[in-house]
Order: sequence, then C-alpha cells, then structure tokens
Amino acid sequence: MLRINNLHANIDGKEILRGLSLNVKAGEVHAIMGPNGSGKSTLASVLAGREDYEVTEGTIEFHGKDLIEIAPEIRAREGIFLAFQYPVEIPGVSNMNFLKAAVAEMRKHKGLDPLSAKDFLKMVKEKSKLVELDGQLANRAVNVGFSGGEKKRNEIFQMAMLEPTLGVLDETDSGLDIDALRIVAGGVNALRSPDRSFVVITHYQRLLDYIVPDFVHVLHQGRIIKSGGKELALELEERGYDWVKEENETKLEAGY
Amino acid sequence: MMVEDKISKTLEFCKGLENHASVLQHEFPEEVAGAKLAIAEMEFPTTRKEEWKYTRTARITNEAWTINKSHAAIDIQSYLIPELDANVIVFVNGFYSASLSKIQNEEGVTVSELCLENFEVESNTENVFDAIHTAYCTGVISIDVAKNTQSKKSIHIIHIAATEVNLSLPLVQIQLEKSSALHVVESFVSLNNYKTFSNRHLQVVVEENASLVIDKIQSESEENFLMNEENIQVDGNGRFTINTLTVDGGWVRNNLNFSLEGQNIEVNLHGLYLPRNKQHVDNHTMVNHRFAHCNSNELYKGMLNDQSTGVFNGKVFVQPDAQKTNAFQSNANILLSDDAQMNSKPELEIYADDVKCSHGSTTGQLDENALFYLKSRGLGEENAKKLLTTAFLNDVLDKVENEAVKNYVTQELIKRDLLLQ
Repeated sequence: MLRINNLHANIDGKEILRGLSLNVKAGEVHAIMGPNGSGKSTLASVLAGREDYEVTEGTIEFHGKDLIEIAPEIRAREGIFLAFQYPVEIPGVSNMNFLKAAVAEMRKHKGLDPLSAKDFLKMVKEKSKLVELDGQLANRAVNVGFSGGEKKRNEIFQMAMLEPTLGVLDETDSGLDIDALRIVAGGVNALRSPDRSFVVITHYQRLLDYIVPDFVHVLHQGRIIKSGGKELALELEERGYDWVKEENETKLEAGY
Repeated sequence: MMVEDKISKTLEFCKGLENHASVLQHEFPEEVAGAKLAIAEMEFPTTRKEEWKYTRTARITNEAWTINKSHAAIDIQSYLIPELDANVIVFVNGFYSASLSKIQNEEGVTVSELCLENFEVESNTENVFDAIHTAYCTGVISIDVAKNTQSKKSIHIIHIAATEVNLSLPLVQIQLEKSSALHVVESFVSLNNYKTFSNRHLQVVVEENASLVIDKIQSESEENFLMNEENIQVDGNGRFTINTLTVDGGWVRNNLNFSLEGQNIEVNLHGLYLPRNKQHVDNHTMVNHRFAHCNSNELYKGMLNDQSTGVFNGKVFVQPDAQKTNAFQSNANILLSDDAQMNSKPELEIYADDVKCSHGSTTGQLDENALFYLKSRGLGEENAKKLLTTAFLNDVLDKVENEAVKNYVTQELIKRDLLLQ
C-alpha cells in the first residue's frame, strides 16, 4: 500500500530525512518512534504533502502511484489522512460545514453521488460516537475553544468521516491525559480493518499499549535504524534510545 | 507665483461646473456664495496632509468634470434589492429623479426635495471638496420620520452615475424624531464604465430614543470615484448603525463623523471592503464621546487583492465627561496578493478614567496552516481559500440585520468569487 524508498527531504535547506525506507501493507499498523528531532513529524508532513518540505531524493508510492508530485488535497482524496500533532483552529468555519465540504470532495473523487443532508447527519452522529465527541462540538468553529483532548478526538472523528486507507497519526498522544488517550485509541482501533493501514508516530510507548502495532521502527537522524515487533517499543521505553543509536554506530563503523 | 498656480487649480476644476446653479441657492444663498468665494482661496489636499496621507486625489482634481442633468433612459430594475419592501428614491448623476423614484405615502414619513428646517448647510471653508459640494450641489432629498413612528417600509436610495465625466453632488438629510425608527439602504452604481466622480453628503440627526440603520452598498466600477461625507448626530438613548459595504469601485473614500449628544447612546460602525486591480478604498471614521454611558462598536474588515490599496483611520475621542464609555474598535485585513497594501491607523484619545476602550488592527495573509489543514482533508485550493474568506467576511455580513440586504450582498460577493455558495 505504502512504499517509501530512500526518502530524502529538506526544510529551509536543512536535510531532515536522509534515506528513509518503509513498507506498509494493507491492514498493518506501523509505529514510528524516535527521539526529538529524529524526523518523525517531517515524515508525517511529507506524506501529507506539506509544501514547506522539499523531497530531494527517493520515492513514495501509494497504491502503486508516485505520491511526490501530487497536491495534498489529491492525496487526501486518494485515501491518506494525517491526524495533526497540532490541529489548526479556524475561526468562523463551522466543523460541520467544513466536514460537509470535505466529504463531498471525497465522494466526488470516488465518483459517488453526494450524501443527502439526512445521511450526512446520520453519519456524523454515528462517527462522533466513536470518539465520544459531544454533538455540540460538531457545530462549533473548527477546533476553536477545543481542549487538547477534544482537538485530538476531533481529528479521529474526521478520519472516521473521511474513511482513508492510510491513517498517519502524528504524535496523537501528546498532551493527552489517560482517559482522553483511551478514547482516542479506542476510536483508532474501531477504524482498523484489513484494507486500512496506520502509521503511528509517537515519542512514547504509552500509546502503543492501546493501539498495538504490528511493527515498530526507530527513526534516528532521518532514517530507520532498527525495526522490530511490538516488543521493541517496550524495550525502548525501558532502555531509552541510546543503545539503539550505539548499536547503529557500531554497525556503521563495521560497514566501513 | 506658486500660490496663484494652486488657486487656479481649484477654479479650473470648477470651470466646467459654472453652467449649473447649486440647488441650495434658494435656501442658502449666502452659504453658496461663501463657498464659491472660499474655493478660490483653497487648495486640493495632498498626501502631505495627514487626513490624505495615503489617498491621492490627483486623478480626481486633474479631470475636467461636468454636471449633467440629462441622461439616457435608465431601467432601475437591476438595482432593486429583491424581497426588500422599500420606497425607492433615485438620483441620476446626482439629481433627484422623480420619474424613476417610487415613493408611496407612509404615515409619519416625509420625503422632500427641500432641506429640513433645522438642518444647517455651511460654506465649508475647511475642505475644498465640501465647499464645491455646497457651491454646486446637484440634488437634495430630505427624510423626516415623525415622533413615535416606526417606519415599516425601508427607504432605498439609489445613486446612479450615468454620464461620462459626470460630477454628482447630492445631499441626503435624514431626521428621526423622538422614539422613531427607520431602515435605509443606499446603493451606489454606475453605468457603462463611464468615468465619474460622486461626492454624496449625508446629514443625520437621530433624536432621543430613536433608532436608525443605514446599509450602504457601494458597487461602482473601475473608473468611478466615490466620496461619501457623513455627519451624524445621535441624541440620548438613540441608536444608530451604519454598515458600509464596499463591494467594488475604482476609488472610494468614506468620511464618517459621529457626535454623541447624550447618554446611553449606541452606535455601530461596520465596514467591509474588497478592492482588487488598482482600486483604492479609504475609510475614515471619527466618533466623539462627550457624555457618559455610551457605546460605540466599530468593526471594519478588508480583503485586498492584486495591486489594490486600502486605508483605515479610526479616531475615537472620549471626552472628560464621558465616563462609563465602552468604545471598541477593530480593523482586520487580509492581503490576497503580495502587491496589495493596507494602511491602518487607530487613533484613540481618552480623557476620562472610568471607561472601557479597545482597539485592534491586524493585516496578514490567509492563514497558511489553516489552508493546509483544509487541503489535507481533501478540499481543493480554491474551495479551501473560499472557506477561509467566507469565514472572514461573514463576521461583518452577519452584522447586516435586514435579511433581504444581507442576501443581496451575499450574492454580490458570490459573484466576486469571495464567498462559498
């Protein structure tokens, strides 16, 4: 489904990703962990198509299509959803109108007829339950006056509405208390399916107790330096990242 | 030598106007004569004058304008506002047109071509544009709403600029007697891309406990110059709202001067301006709080495209006796292009100590983060931008309480491609 090969990406002339490769198959959940500054959020931004980042080398294939030259809105319509680390507040734009417009674009792209107002509302009701989002929030301006937890729940709610095939969660756990974390993770788990994959970017293992990954990757200096199963996350939690870095350096030296 | 040059410039300007006698001549002969004398002594404002620092008048003052009462046949149908129940007053080239106007008698509402008895017209020896207005005034309409009359019909005044190089100098007077209420819409339009200059003067008195709402819709085109001079007096417990909606037009200058003459007054000044191409829109407002317990709320929002320029200057005075004043002012601007320019200057002078006053002025681009957020949910560039501009503009549009007017302006903005359908 998603095939990243030797990806290099810059922001403001500074190279952040330096040869990242990752292969995600349908239905899999991959956790990307790593210390601050390792390039985790850059990966999320590059996948979603943020224009500030320049891809200088490598390829990203999504469902067999080259993604790099594709505009962010087309990526979204093709099935990529980024849950933002910092969801943006948009005063004056109601959550509902925003979602209505987004769902309409998605359906148009897929060649589906627009949803009736009734069916749309039914869908909102159903999906907002997934993350226990108060109906009131749906009518407020996008993320304005939302608590940190509400913002993250709103992200997962949007994901549920837009039904992507790849969900990229960028530090969705940051700033969440344990109850909110449980709700958000519950929402994500409810969306897991054999044809939907997730890339879960996180600094802490805590989230992975709730969203259990199939694979865990350690990102360091812009590339994946170690991969393993879910038990790798526990080991990282216990031992920190330094041993992986050292192991990597030894490997590199041996390589020379 | 230099002085003579400048004097000749104002006189030169008036040369083409001499065949027209000011309609104020009969009621205010001395003021008209005084204005004519004064013009010779005055100069056109330059950008060296603070009030005109960012607004150039050369393209107006260099033109040979003429006053034209006659004009080709006009169908006003397209200028009417659907669903608005209104008496319609039409000015063409600044002249009141009885044949195009449709005024049904309404008890307590008097519309006349004569000035209101207690209204003064001055020679205006301070400002040359005002002096020219008095000296060559083209038409007067006065509206009086009698005590306790709540007018059910709106009044829609339509100003049509209909002849090449025409100068319009109409005067509108509105008096709301005690505890009366009225809704006025004033629209400014032009024909055939003619080059025209209109300087409309508005004099308003809102007496005690009366309530007036004016929705001004300025939608001229590239070659039109439009100046609106408005002097508004509100008495105790009075309410006054003016929505200045500048949808289109080559060059626009609005001067709003408020004096609040009693306690418990509320005035609201809302404005929207959307210049594009090389258009220029200038809003100058002045609110003078002289008595206690009054509120003024000012919200002006602009979205500037291409190489357009905008000016906002908001003066608020709170005099020593005006305790418990609430005076709020906000001016927000979005520049849609790198070449657009906005000059915003709030000026608050507060001489009372127990007041709540605030002002804010912002100018920026559309929020890139918000734009990316919307796109990441599948919205195309154009729709994402429109969703943001809609949100920005709705703030002011929501202040327009009359549904018919609001719908009309909304449709105009959809045509301008600034609002989501």
